Amino acid sequence: MWRKSYLVGLLVVVLFSWLSWGQAGYEYVVPAATTLEAIAQETLGDAAYAPAIMRATNAKSLADPAYLKIRTLDMAIPAGAKLWVPERAWAEAFVAFWDPNRPEDLFGGGKLVVGSWWTAGGEAEGLNALFEIYDEYYPDVQIVNATIAGGAGFVFRAVIKPRLIAGDPPDTFQLHAGLEVEGYSPETYLTPLDKLFEIMGWTEVLPKDLLDLLLYKGHFWGVPVNIHRANVLWYDKAIFEKYGLTPPENWDEFFAICEKLKAEGVVPFVMGNAGGWEAAHLFETILISTLGAEGYKGLWTGETPWSSEGVTEALEILKKILDYVNPDYAALSWDGAGEYLIAHKGAMMIMGDWTNGWFMAKGYEDYGWAPVPGTRGIFDALSDTFCLPKRAPNPINALGWLMVCGSKEGQIAFNTRKGSIPARTDLTAEEKAQFNAYLQSCMDDFARDAIVPSVIHGAAAIESWVTDFKDAVNLFLATKDVAGTQRALVEAAEAALAAMGQ
Amino acid sequence: MRRRWLKGERLITLLLLLPSVIAVAVFVYGFIGWTGYVSMSNWNQLLPDYTFVGLRNFFKLFAHPRFQIDLRNLAVFTALFLTGSLAIGFLLAVLLDRKVRGEGFFRTIYLYPMSLSFIVTGVVWRWLMNPGSPQMGSTGINLLLEKLGLGFLKSGWYTDPRVGIKAVAVAAIWQMSGYVMAMYLAGLRGIPEELREAARVDGASEWQVYRYVILPLLRPITLGAIIILGHISLKIYDLIVAMTGPGIGFSTDVPAYFMWETTFHANRFAQGAAIAVILLLMVSLLIVPYLIFSVRREAEV
Repeated sequence: MWRKSYLVGLLVVVLFSWLSWGQAGYEYVVPAATTLEAIAQETLGDAAYAPAIMRATNAKSLADPAYLKIRTLDMAIPAGAKLWVPERAWAEAFVAFWDPNRPEDLFGGGKLVVGSWWTAGGEAEGLNALFEIYDEYYPDVQIVNATIAGGAGFVFRAVIKPRLIAGDPPDTFQLHAGLEVEGYSPETYLTPLDKLFEIMGWTEVLPKDLLDLLLYKGHFWGVPVNIHRANVLWYDKAIFEKYGLTPPENWDEFFAICEKLKAEGVVPFVMGNAGGWEAAHLFETILISTLGAEGYKGLWTGETPWSSEGVTEALEILKKILDYVNPDYAALSWDGAGEYLIAHKGAMMIMGDWTNGWFMAKGYEDYGWAPVPGTRGIFDALSDTFCLPKRAPNPINALGWLMVCGSKEGQIAFNTRKGSIPARTDLTAEEKAQFNAYLQSCMDDFARDAIVPSVIHGAAAIESWVTDFKDAVNLFLATKDVAGTQRALVEAAEAALAAMGQ
Repeated sequence: MRRRWLKGERLITLLLLLPSVIAVAVFVYGFIGWTGYVSMSNWNQLLPDYTFVGLRNFFKLFAHPRFQIDLRNLAVFTALFLTGSLAIGFLLAVLLDRKVRGEGFFRTIYLYPMSLSFIVTGVVWRWLMNPGSPQMGSTGINLLLEKLGLGFLKSGWYTDPRVGIKAVAVAAIWQMSGYVMAMYLAGLRGIPEELREAARVDGASEWQVYRYVILPLLRPITLGAIIILGHISLKIYDLIVAMTGPGIGFSTDVPAYFMWETTFHANRFAQGAAIAVILLLMVSLLIVPYLIFSVRREAEV
């Protein structure tokens, strides 16, 4: 018994020293003069891993001169030299992604330019947590946080595209999981990450629906760090208690509540549309409620016709909702609209679960949540991933970043701060307990519900289709023309499906 | 003898001009040509595709409901912005020309908005014209109206699709009318007092003096102001971004904003280039006659 706990303790110490000593692996003192290949053969079981040892040792030597500086792959290694043997998975990934025509990648150091649109509040904190972990593993690399503000990456995406075309991308950048990747012409501009998924075993720990979403033209192009849910109805508990209401399960109940609250002078439903996408987000969740999970998914593959009854019904519901919204919705962004709930002046709003993090940051605790009416059992999902551009200036540094993003450690640190759930589903009960009440319930739903891809957040459709969809809804807000809008949606679908068939 | 024209001062002049000539040729006219070329290509994904498709992008564009709304918005905006700025600018100039006490003070106040960028103007007017709501209360202009007991005049301003772009025009007029005033003031100061005196001696009323003497003499200034304001108006983008975005039902959308979105969000690079070409044509409709006019006049002098 005593011996067992001693062993466990030793193991913990060893593990801990790995973490605090930077990149996972171990120190190796060369017993007799030899070559890198021989060392690789002996320590990692294959001479092909020699470049990985060279890179890891050189990275170490930048901070600690006690490590050998290895100039070339065939340099004679003297006895007594101190080397760093990386962990097996890292060595495998290195060899799989290292381009032998880039010997500069064998020396460590340099920069890691991370492009994202996470600039504010919890999301910036989450990103910093990832940076801290990366810094622990790769202290030789200088992280450059290349963020560009703007909700849902609206500005960021416009900036990153010309940089990709010009061959000047960051080392890695943020990308929504799903068909948004089509907008980056990945076969030309991005590196497929299939090998990395295989080496790291991510295909085992990520849910199947998400993996399906990540596959585009048969390849994985991004490593997912989180999952957000789009179809959440948030409500102010104080108002609901005051008027004896319960969260609506369907649209009839929803409108009954609206009618009652309107008579009381409370804004029944709040929304913002200053960003131009919020109303389309709402409409997407209504479509899910009228068409169901399979019907909604079929809209984006051509199996469900856009002329169908369910779409008409969804437009009618949206039209009716507009009778109950705050009059200034065109001037507000979603968070501005949320102020109505915080002030107990508005009762309900439909927005993704980043709202949860924002409410917490505002110190507002009097809120409840439920699925959007008619969507119980369906999880409208979006996910942020990081990709590897083909012409990344420091691809090996980016590789380390992707491994941090895909790791349990990285995902827990990131998501507890950002207010989303990890993309991995292999968390232990203790690890889950680090998340707040909403996120825990969200994790349970994610494991249980049917998962459908969000369109407005880049998962379900190519970008040109998303733009047409968003524009049609935006026009509808002014015209309230159900038939005309449905016709526009049908045309957009025809054009997009034709373009995708090319 | 043969290469005489390349000697001495001429050569130096040529060499001094050459860098800017090359830079302008490449970075202005070269890129205009490139944009024109792209606008007739099939580049509608991130990966460039230069297949020639003729004027297809333009036909599609004019059939696009959003672009039709944009053109209408642009026409309304330009008409309001031009007439508003010219009228208010002229009025202010005439008032200041009256040798009022503290002229320098007022002149500075009226001119100040011009020193702001459209982004700042947009943000300020977004707040001023915030619609507010009965539950959360009013701000800005609506609050002012409420306090004055004129609550019935409250409006949704730029958030009301019926007002839309007209609200943006108000902000633009606020910013640019001071500039027009400065131009007119300089013009008024250039008109000798004798001319007015002569008109008055001939029995012209003050109104007639302005109508038949001053205004015709100020015509070149009016023309210059229309050119300057007109091209600002056609290219307007930053004010829209800062103040309203495309608005409900695109009630505050303009072609430049649509161009940005369709290019970098929908990846329709060819369509974006087509909008750029249309904007260029519209601006040149305004500028080219003026250039011809002024070149001819220079030649006469």
